[in-house]
Amino acid sequence: MEKRYVAIWFPYLATDWFERQHPALKNNAFVLSAPSHGRMMITAANSDAQKLLIREGMVLADARAICPTLQYFDDKPDLTGQLLQRIAEWCIRFTPIVAIDPPGGLILDASGCSHLWGSEEEYVLDIIKRLATRGYFAKAAMADTIGAAWAITRFGKERVVEKDNHLETLLALPPEALRLDENTIARLHKLGLNQIKHLVTIPAASLRRRFGPLLLQRINQIVGREHEFIEPIIPPEPYQVRLPCIEPIARVAGIEIALRTLLEQLCERMQKEGKGLRTACFKGHRLDGKIADIQISTSRASCNVNHLFHLFEMKLPAFEPDLGIELFLLEVTRVEDYTPAQEQFWKESAALNDQPIAELIDRLTGKINPDAIQRYLPDEHHLPERSFKKATSLSEQPTTQWPTNKPRPILLLERPEKIEVTAPIPDYPPLNFRYKGQLHKVVKADGPERIEQEWWLAEGEHRDYYTIEDEQGCRYWLFRAGHYNEEKKPHWFLHGFFA
Amino acid sequence: MAANQDTFARLQQDILLLQGFKPATTQITNWHGLEQLKSAFPNGVFPTGAVHEFFCTGPETVSTSAGFVSGILSSLLKQQGATIWISPGKMIFPPALKHFGMDPEKVIFIHLKNEKEKLFVMEEALKCDSVSAVVGQINEISLTESRRFQLAVEHSKVTGFLIRQNPRNIMTSCVTRWQIAPLPGDDTAGLPGVGFPKWDVQLLKVRNGKPGRWEMQWQSGRFQVTPKYSFEIKVPIRKIV
Repeated sequence: MEKRYVAIWFPYLATDWFERQHPALKNNAFVLSAPSHGRMMITAANSDAQKLLIREGMVLADARAICPTLQYFDDKPDLTGQLLQRIAEWCIRFTPIVAIDPPGGLILDASGCSHLWGSEEEYVLDIIKRLATRGYFAKAAMADTIGAAWAITRFGKERVVEKDNHLETLLALPPEALRLDENTIARLHKLGLNQIKHLVTIPAASLRRRFGPLLLQRINQIVGREHEFIEPIIPPEPYQVRLPCIEPIARVAGIEIALRTLLEQLCERMQKEGKGLRTACFKGHRLDGKIADIQISTSRASCNVNHLFHLFEMKLPAFEPDLGIELFLLEVTRVEDYTPAQEQFWKESAALNDQPIAELIDRLTGKINPDAIQRYLPDEHHLPERSFKKATSLSEQPTTQWPTNKPRPILLLERPEKIEVTAPIPDYPPLNFRYKGQLHKVVKADGPERIEQEWWLAEGEHRDYYTIEDEQGCRYWLFRAGHYNEEKKPHWFLHGFFA
Repeated sequence: MAANQDTFARLQQDILLLQGFKPATTQITNWHGLEQLKSAFPNGVFPTGAVHEFFCTGPETVSTSAGFVSGILSSLLKQQGATIWISPGKMIFPPALKHFGMDPEKVIFIHLKNEKEKLFVMEEALKCDSVSAVVGQINEISLTESRRFQLAVEHSKVTGFLIRQNPRNIMTSCVTRWQIAPLPGDDTAGLPGVGFPKWDVQLLKVRNGKPGRWEMQWQSGRFQVTPKYSFEIKVPIRKIV
């Protein structure tokens, strides 16, 4: 699904809260201050004070010199952090995934939420309006990436940037919008790189050399080339179930009961959420403080208890309970969306990506090397060993037709074997050949079929292939590598056996 | 006498049932050129849901057996769904299966060298009823293991093919035993080339059927039995004491 993020920024968070507590302060310039290095420093200034050019970080005495009527209060330690936490919890009404973005900001993962408000514009407006009625002045913007939403909230004018359209809006923004430290920003301004569009035209290598990897990472994050993670205030519950035991368990029967119980709990939850398991880990905390564990993986998402139990069961001999296990833990390390198969009245023809076949392959990979299981698709090359390729998944379909216009042997040697032949020049099929010490007399022959080496892939000589039938009727596929030459004789090889 | 004949026929049917041959629910109407083989099989039906074994002597006969099996898979069994092909090395050339009417992309190859692992994979695959057929290039198999295969296919109705090269143990419970030898191709009437693949197909053993020997070739996507050389192998009628 397309990701959409909303960034909310509170420019006057602490002072807004003070105004809520003391309504008399409205429309008066006031600041909050805290002692630092023996002086009173301003930690927050409200909008009226900021209009008088009073900024946070100034010494309170200087500010009072600018504006003698300025009111000042003691700041509370970590006021903004607490306020942000509270507002973030309140924001759960807009989306389940809310993260705090200090200082003075929130990030909302609004993917798939805004349609409930009618449109994205309405959604953002509603956030701003509701915050305003509670006395907080906020700016908010929606974009495809966290970086873009953050930048536009603070430096842009738009509220909603259309899907896949944020690049043009971003290019005009200053480099501060990239969330960099002050030193880097100062250097960028000094070099005259006053807008993001100046930066993106410079090759990545030179940017990294001069400004370090962070700048590149920020640019990649803002345009969406690199994924950025947020830490939601309500963390998503991991797919993990545990089973404590009153008595330590050391018998296989007990372990199997525990495993089945845990699997049933987990699969029920995953089924409700439309998820399936790809990799999982079954752990047992033993009496001696060590952890016994076995892992399984499936070739497609599954929440079939019997199948998963069977996969674990094959690995149970490696699960050593020693003196006994006190706590069983089943963890899913990789989850994927699961589309349940539709029930059928009668089976027509089983497709390749059928659930039972995927489960069969899971059972096999539990015992044998997974690389041994292969499916092949046609590849557009003339050389026989390159004319097919490995399929990446069970559902991958061939993009081209299998070629059938040329005869091809059903058995093909992985490595062609050298043979001795008697053959008339220049390009007649051999009269006889010796393979593994046995002489075969050629009765019928077809060819040559010349197949060139693909010079862009590998070096080598071309091959002239002949289909040969000996007096017993056995058919072979031979080839001569290269031309006849005055200096050296070309070698002959046996490459395959026809049916 | 006629009553006796009837009793014999009924008893034969009963024995077939006990041996795991269910009366065919779908009669094969299209034999794809193999009509002459019909009389060799019990009930006149090619035994699906059974294990067939093929004896080979070298790569030349392995290739003919692989070609014959692919022909059977594509014509008689229609290759619905996946086929599992267990092979010791990467010897089977997938594009060539297309020449025998198979869809190579529907074949899942399992390349294994270890004989024990091959037997495990074959049994697991035969138990899975979504697989249409399993081909195993397994040289050595004991009677017990072949019994296990037979029990698996009786339950799942999957057809299994064993391609065995120079086997030592010939005591197996496979339903049929074949030997496919290459034959010199037909004269191509003065045209250059080697002509169509031609085989000497020997059905050495078939449980409750009549063994036979046929000469056939694979031509334009179907089998063609050359009638004049085909004959039945006479088996001595054993007296039941």
